[in-house]
Amino acid sequence: MKKVLELKDVHTYYGHIHALKGINLEVAEGEIVTLIGANGAGKTTTLRTISGMIHPRKGEVLFEGAAVTHLPAHQIVKKGIGHVPEGRRIFPRLTVEENLEIGAYLQNDRQEVERRKAEVFEIFPRLAERRRQLGGTLSGGEQQMLAIGRALMQDPRILLLDEPSMGLAPVLVDVIFETIAELNKRGKTILLVEQNALKALEVAHRGYVLQTGEITLSGPAKELAQNEEVKKAYLGG
Amino acid sequence: MKKLFQNSAFLSLLIAASAVIFGYWLLENPRSTLAFLLTLGALLAAFMLDIPKWLKVLVGGAILLLVIPWAGFKNSFLFELGVQTGIYAAMALGLNVVVGLAGLLDLGYAAFFAVGAYTWAIFGSKQANQFMPWHIFPLPGAYFYLFMLVAVVMAALTGVIIGSPALRLRGDYLAIVTLGLGEMVRVLANNLDHPINITNGPQGITPIQRPPIDWFIALFDKFGIHMSRAEAYPLFFYFLVLVIIGIVTLVNIRLDRSRFGRAWIAIREDEVAARAMGIPLLPTKLLAFATGASFSGAMGALFAAKQLYVSPESFTLIQSIMILVMVILGGMGSIPGAILGAATVTILNVDLLKTASDYLNDLRNAGFVLDLGIFKYNFANLPNQLEPAKYERMVFGLIMILMMIYRPEGIIPERRHVAEMKEKE
Repeated sequence: MKKVLELKDVHTYYGHIHALKGINLEVAEGEIVTLIGANGAGKTTTLRTISGMIHPRKGEVLFEGAAVTHLPAHQIVKKGIGHVPEGRRIFPRLTVEENLEIGAYLQNDRQEVERRKAEVFEIFPRLAERRRQLGGTLSGGEQQMLAIGRALMQDPRILLLDEPSMGLAPVLVDVIFETIAELNKRGKTILLVEQNALKALEVAHRGYVLQTGEITLSGPAKELAQNEEVKKAYLGG
Repeated sequence: MKKLFQNSAFLSLLIAASAVIFGYWLLENPRSTLAFLLTLGALLAAFMLDIPKWLKVLVGGAILLLVIPWAGFKNSFLFELGVQTGIYAAMALGLNVVVGLAGLLDLGYAAFFAVGAYTWAIFGSKQANQFMPWHIFPLPGAYFYLFMLVAVVMAALTGVIIGSPALRLRGDYLAIVTLGLGEMVRVLANNLDHPINITNGPQGITPIQRPPIDWFIALFDKFGIHMSRAEAYPLFFYFLVLVIIGIVTLVNIRLDRSRFGRAWIAIREDEVAARAMGIPLLPTKLLAFATGASFSGAMGALFAAKQLYVSPESFTLIQSIMILVMVILGGMGSIPGAILGAATVTILNVDLLKTASDYLNDLRNAGFVLDLGIFKYNFANLPNQLEPAKYERMVFGLIMILMMIYRPEGIIPERRHVAEMKEKE
């Protein structure tokens, strides 16, 4: 299978803090890969490193075989890496529709923007109903849908999802994970960061376990879900 | 009663009637501050209230193009007020792009005004002969229009130069750095009289050429209105400012709805998310900075031509703050708000506070005695220090505090803000 994304021995620092200590990771086309781990393990930092929000001090990030390690964030988006940041971060004072249009900021072709918008509305009918409403007035679940929809407007080759289930009611958590599976069926490659390891391993093909900046385990999602250590640490059993 | 006010026909009638009455009153008493304010009030009401569009245009046109110019002939102070309001309104609109749309707090905005003003002042006077070889200066007044464009470019360039280091910072840090860099421009203007005399230092530059207006006088002659040059200039500048405000407002509306407008708002709302959307932060912020600066630059050139004189004193920190006050007072991000804020602050500043001071002075000179039975006060004893004109800054500070407590979104809030408030209810 073709590798969409590959991290080779990536070291990222926040000042003197060594946050990622040599991450090796790959995502193949059509896969859902999940990155699980405790708070502060470096999950969000990994995604931020991939999308160019922060640059690694050592190592390489390859996107479709080419290094994107030191490109600025907006150029990485242009290449086809869509990042749904932690905490949703929608634009509260823009309408749902305007939020989506900013997602397609780099796309100049109006028709293409309209086509993508129609697709997002098809995936999330709730957003279509609320298209003129301000983003800040949506419920948590709807905001998460908007955040994902906004990233989909970039028509990315790979979607980085950072804690999409955070702070949502259990029913909505299910809805979000169903959506992730649905997006994957439609052909999206997804790298999913989650605290809800049980759910994440259910929906993913493969997984990586991250512990204090290092990958300690990796393998098919089903195997990880059976692994005693993983069960003990992350699955509450 | 409330129903009556929601009735559009009744409202229209009321506004039309008040515009006619107050307008007529102003024509009869061109020196009456009250008549002037009421006329502007009718204009504002026509703009704000829900009446047919043609009536808005009619009332606005009649007041701005007929009543004020007419009254201005009898009291040219009205033109001065109009032109100053216009200059500040255009600058407030420019700063509104930076602070209101992009959310970048700029405390050095007067620097761009200075750059624009000096651009025309240096070449539109003999000053340029000091450091340029050809001795062709001052350039003829017709070059003024060209130099307005040059001023736009120069101010935008200065915006990029100041912005490139400053815009890497955020929030309070950005405010402090822009404050410092803005002051630097003023200090430069103050000291660039040696080794090469470019700005003529603290003495300033004078006289500065004005655009030729023979055609303007001839035009009015055809309608049987004869004006001397001295009478025509204030009127000319008044109309010029109206035209510029029109252009600037249109540009602002277009920007607000453009891709860049969206990107600016996105950055204001959430920088991290904006970056994740592929918006390049620094270039987009620089563009906002340069756009805002260019408005200020154009008005600087106009200011130089109107005043005939520029000196570093006109571009102090207090100027920057005053323009910021206009934007906040009117409503950050709101186009009509910026214009209203500029009008309010300017009128308060150059007219109302002075009128109030004059009034108190009259009372003092007449030895008026206020007699409340238990309390007696002779105005002849009123100390000089108590004149309202001396409390200008305190009055603005007070207005700001009251606004922040009671109406932080400004007098005419931004459309988005209104929507947000409504949905929260």
